[in-house]
Amino acid sequence: MTDFFAGYLGYNGGWFIATIIGILLIALPLMLAVAMIIYADRKIWAAMALRRGPNVVGPFGLLQSFADGLKVFLKETIIPSSANRGLFLIAPIITFTVALLAWAVIPFGPEMVLANVNVGLLYILAISSLGVYGIILSGWASNSKYPFYSAIRAAAQMVSYEVSIGFVLVTVVLWAGTFNLGDIIQMQRGHIFGFINGFAFNPLLFPMAVVFLISSMAETGRAPFDLTEAESELVAGYQTEYSSMSFALFWLGEYGNVLLMCALNATLFWGGWLPPVDWAPLYIVPGIFWLFAKILFFFFVFSWVKATVPRYRYDQLMRLGWKIFLPLSLFWVFLVSGYLMLTRYGA
Amino acid sequence: MSIAHIIKSFTLWEFVKAHALTLKYFFKPKATINYPYEKNPLSPRFRGEHALRRYPNGEERCIACKLCEAVCPAQAITIEAEPRDDGSRRTTRYDIDMTKCIFCGFCQEACPVDAIVEGPNFEYSTETREELIYDKGKLLANGDRWERSLAANLAADAPYR
Repeated sequence: MTDFFAGYLGYNGGWFIATIIGILLIALPLMLAVAMIIYADRKIWAAMALRRGPNVVGPFGLLQSFADGLKVFLKETIIPSSANRGLFLIAPIITFTVALLAWAVIPFGPEMVLANVNVGLLYILAISSLGVYGIILSGWASNSKYPFYSAIRAAAQMVSYEVSIGFVLVTVVLWAGTFNLGDIIQMQRGHIFGFINGFAFNPLLFPMAVVFLISSMAETGRAPFDLTEAESELVAGYQTEYSSMSFALFWLGEYGNVLLMCALNATLFWGGWLPPVDWAPLYIVPGIFWLFAKILFFFFVFSWVKATVPRYRYDQLMRLGWKIFLPLSLFWVFLVSGYLMLTRYGA
Repeated sequence: MSIAHIIKSFTLWEFVKAHALTLKYFFKPKATINYPYEKNPLSPRFRGEHALRRYPNGEERCIACKLCEAVCPAQAITIEAEPRDDGSRRTTRYDIDMTKCIFCGFCQEACPVDAIVEGPNFEYSTETREELIYDKGKLLANGDRWERSLAANLAADAPYR
């Protein structure tokens, strides 16, 4: 695409236009996907509780999220008188922006990536760490006790689980030998028996895939780790004082993050845009469909867990993060690196 | 911690079992009804929105005895009465504050002439509170609107009274 526009505008102009178009091609479908995924979440949760879920707006209720979005858009933005106005308004924008940022390095297919950077994984770690700022700032700026508690919880929770996520990523990076997400996917081609794609099918990496899946639920504040918005204790957590579009931005950002984590699960352990097995006819289907299928599967898992597992107590959450996942993933880093030293790189 | 317990917790056995259960329920038929389009059957004794009934000749039943006003535990009913031109005793005002009403049904129990009844209608939500303060006209209109089912319900329930 860059070459096409460069023909008219010169290299810099062409690159600029091509990048803008690339960003829009990712961000706009993502917004649509978030709307549909919120609907899917409600439907799945309802089905598992033997309820019907939204089914009135549009065919099968498909337009429910758009109706909700319109409603929220028409509401008045209420800023509490004691709130810190600037931070209060900027916090949801941060959450939303950060949720979009990380998509830049997710490969949607061979050569289909906005920014093919060599430290893609580090970039994602950095961005997902920034995500907590939106929540902390909203909790602080609301100047209200429940959002503040929620912000403190969110900060502690995200930091705790990022540690184990970091170690899980180290095992993947050790095995793939690269931080570039596109190359990590390529390394998964024919990973097992020469025809099954995906690190998750490696017995040595499968436990890490599970740890990563659970940690990503904690990282995005999804049930059963949604203590930041535990309604029985904290009303709605950091969103309590928000209304109208600022509330909608939190909602979009949250589900954008969930989708991102699903995409990361798919990319790091389940072969990203590769088909499940390394068989030539399957490559006729464009890689983006395989990636979408995997993202949707993981989103189903997220909803499934939400519908099944009750919320953890806060000390249980911390215990799981620090006393189980951290030692386990740390041990696994040693295990994997030791195994690779003995086999791939020679003792 | 026994070996079995450790194996169980590290294979997430309980979680796997729980998820299998919820997946089974995912495919089960829904337990809820599709409310605005499907409705549950209502008992003839269902106590919903109030109505003031009339006799078949169009004469209103209420004789302003004020038993309902007296028995109302929420004091939601206000009645004023004076003799009409033809000498019969009728209400000049019959208000029910539906925001106070607790739908106990005492008013219809107390009524000697089956004038005030609680009908089968429960879908009368409004956008303002004021609309929920019913006056005599609104109650009589309700009676006219629901008379058919009101009479049927009273007849169905009559053998048990």
